Amino acid sequence: MYETIGLWVAAILTLAVFSFLYKENPLYRFAEHVVVGSSLGYTIVITYQRVLYPRLVEPVFLHGESLVLIVPAMLGLLYVTRFFPRIAWLSRYPMAFLLGMGMGMAFPYDMQAYILRQIQATLIPLYTPGAPWYNTLGAVVIVLGTLAGLIYFFFSKPHKGPFFGFGSKVGIWIIMIGFGATFGFTVMGRISLLIGRVQFLLSDWLGLLH
Amino acid sequence: MKRTVPMMIAMIGGIIMMIQYFIPHQVSQDVFNYYTEWAPLVGSFALVLGVGSLTRVHIHKIRAKAPNWPYSYAVLIPLYLIPVFAFFLPASIGGGTGKPSVFDFMYSRVQIPIQATMFSMLAFYIASAAFRAFRAKSALATILLVTAIIVMLAQVPIGDLFGRWLPDTGLWILRFPNLAAKRAIELGVGFGMLATCLKIIFGVERGWLGGAGE
Repeated sequence: MYETIGLWVAAILTLAVFSFLYKENPLYRFAEHVVVGSSLGYTIVITYQRVLYPRLVEPVFLHGESLVLIVPAMLGLLYVTRFFPRIAWLSRYPMAFLLGMGMGMAFPYDMQAYILRQIQATLIPLYTPGAPWYNTLGAVVIVLGTLAGLIYFFFSKPHKGPFFGFGSKVGIWIIMIGFGATFGFTVMGRISLLIGRVQFLLSDWLGLLH
Repeated sequence: MKRTVPMMIAMIGGIIMMIQYFIPHQVSQDVFNYYTEWAPLVGSFALVLGVGSLTRVHIHKIRAKAPNWPYSYAVLIPLYLIPVFAFFLPASIGGGTGKPSVFDFMYSRVQIPIQATMFSMLAFYIASAAFRAFRAKSALATILLVTAIIVMLAQVPIGDLFGRWLPDTGLWILRFPNLAAKRAIELGVGFGMLATCLKIIFGVERGWLGGAGE
């Protein structure tokens, strides 16, 4: 019984969303609004189960330990002051705590992950004895392509002359190849999702495919 | 008090967290542990703000009988019903523990189908947008088009019909030129993130203070 109701609900909602391909209609709007509400409802449950219960409710209110955790809870509650215009400025305190300390913590890690590791991974030998020619060509493309891409994004100098002019031209070519690859990858991902939904309708719901 | 103190908190907190990374001492480790323990807790209360704002907007629409107001019930009912079922009626649909709960039902039979279908529908819109954007009007658009076609064909069995070179070329594009482009973009993003961190810590960027009074 549960399975049958579940199949029908999922199938009707799937068709409701697909109906948008014809034109916008009340069925699609209903599904669109439901997903907004259910996503946030689900987030409430997950936040309580994964964060609030193990980090606040259980240690402080059930076991009476780690009373210091009441401090971040009070700080978090200051967000709610945003609803009261006269004291709304208090909501800046939790934001200052999260943003300021978060940015300070992120700085060295971002430096490592986005700058140092990327540069380290780019500085590779162009030629490795015994490697196939396409790998050697690939290594050259990685080193010169990354440099050219960076030149293209460097707007403090006009893109003229043999270094900046030619470099930025190669850079935009490399970036276009990257965008093309990303586009192809994204399309394939979406199409596999589409196949999944059509399979659900034809196989699970209607039983036409086996 | 209203602007200066929060900015001071952000600055002092930011500098302390930056310094603690470079000082391998128990005190700095404790500061780090406190922050990582406290931050999710503080951040989770922002959800109250989100839920409150959404509720307020939709209740206002219902009261004012604004255009499309009946759909606001489609937002509010699952928004409050899902937590009620999860916290107060966690029993399974069939009774006992053999069947999933109503909360699981709402997730697997309502939310997942709608979200998956919405994302899958993007396949149609991406294809139609690509048709308009990718017409090989210039050399750069042609490169984009050719690369996308090779990468797409390389991932499906039909690509093998053209010969082994097509999947190999698709893989080579993903491994090398695509990586070079991504790396250049990531380095740019990295420098941007570092600049933003410093701008927020030192009070140059003040957008986060919002408009909650001077």
